[in-house]
Amino acid sequence: MSEFKIAQREQESVHVLELKGYLDAHTAPTLEEAFQSLLKNQRFNIVVNCKDLSYISSAGLGVFMAYIEDVRKNKGDIKLSNMSPKVYNVFDLLGFPLLYEITRDEQEAVKKFSPAK
Amino acid sequence: MEARTINIESRTERLSAVRDFVSAAARECGFPDDEVSKIALAVDEACTNIIKHAYRYDPNKKITVTVKPKTRGLEIAIADTGTGFDPTRVQTPDMKEYLSHYRHGGLGVYLMKSLMDKVEYTIDPGRSNEVRLTKYLAH
Repeated sequence: MSEFKIAQREQESVHVLELKGYLDAHTAPTLEEAFQSLLKNQRFNIVVNCKDLSYISSAGLGVFMAYIEDVRKNKGDIKLSNMSPKVYNVFDLLGFPLLYEITRDEQEAVKKFSPAK
Repeated sequence: MEARTINIESRTERLSAVRDFVSAAARECGFPDDEVSKIALAVDEACTNIIKHAYRYDPNKKITVTVKPKTRGLEIAIADTGTGFDPTRVQTPDMKEYLSHYRHGGLGVYLMKSLMDKVEYTIDPGRSNEVRLTKYLAH
């Protein structure tokens, strides 16, 4: 069975989700629940750290697509960081870097939420 | 490598077993790691479509996955007896339009076509459907 876990924490005004394991049609509902909970709690500045994400299928990509519009309507964003080349290739194949900001490390993604000084 | 088969119940929790089965066969055929990942993802997408659309999450149904070595490549045949899904009717999305309108779902067939060299279907709804995915070695 696929192993998938999410660790969550707040950093400044940004909510960070750390994904670990395999994100497929079996585990995608776990990520969906996490996004639902964030939106319910008015958390719209979200960074998804993919450092330990080993695998993603279209079911996982679909979760990001399902919530990005609502998040942006509320002046927030979903930014992604620390992707392995294998996971990035799947995002890239579908053109997702056009829609999502993907940074090399988490701090870079978190900083992008800070207002320009 | 000899042809071999795995039968799974139509449950998403079995997807990892299918990926492991297909990855082992692809490695045996001599595919490098990045190609092995692409093949496993394409087969995952095919099985996910069957579980969701052809069988509509009925866990009592079966999916048969057969790996067959080909000349300089590998064919994976994924068979079901479902009624609900004809992948030949799925239009290839324009990804720019798809992303700009925040659409979701329907990417599985697009991914299969993008990841594999050949995608063929034999559809006889309710009796026997088969999708055959083929990948060739680069050299």
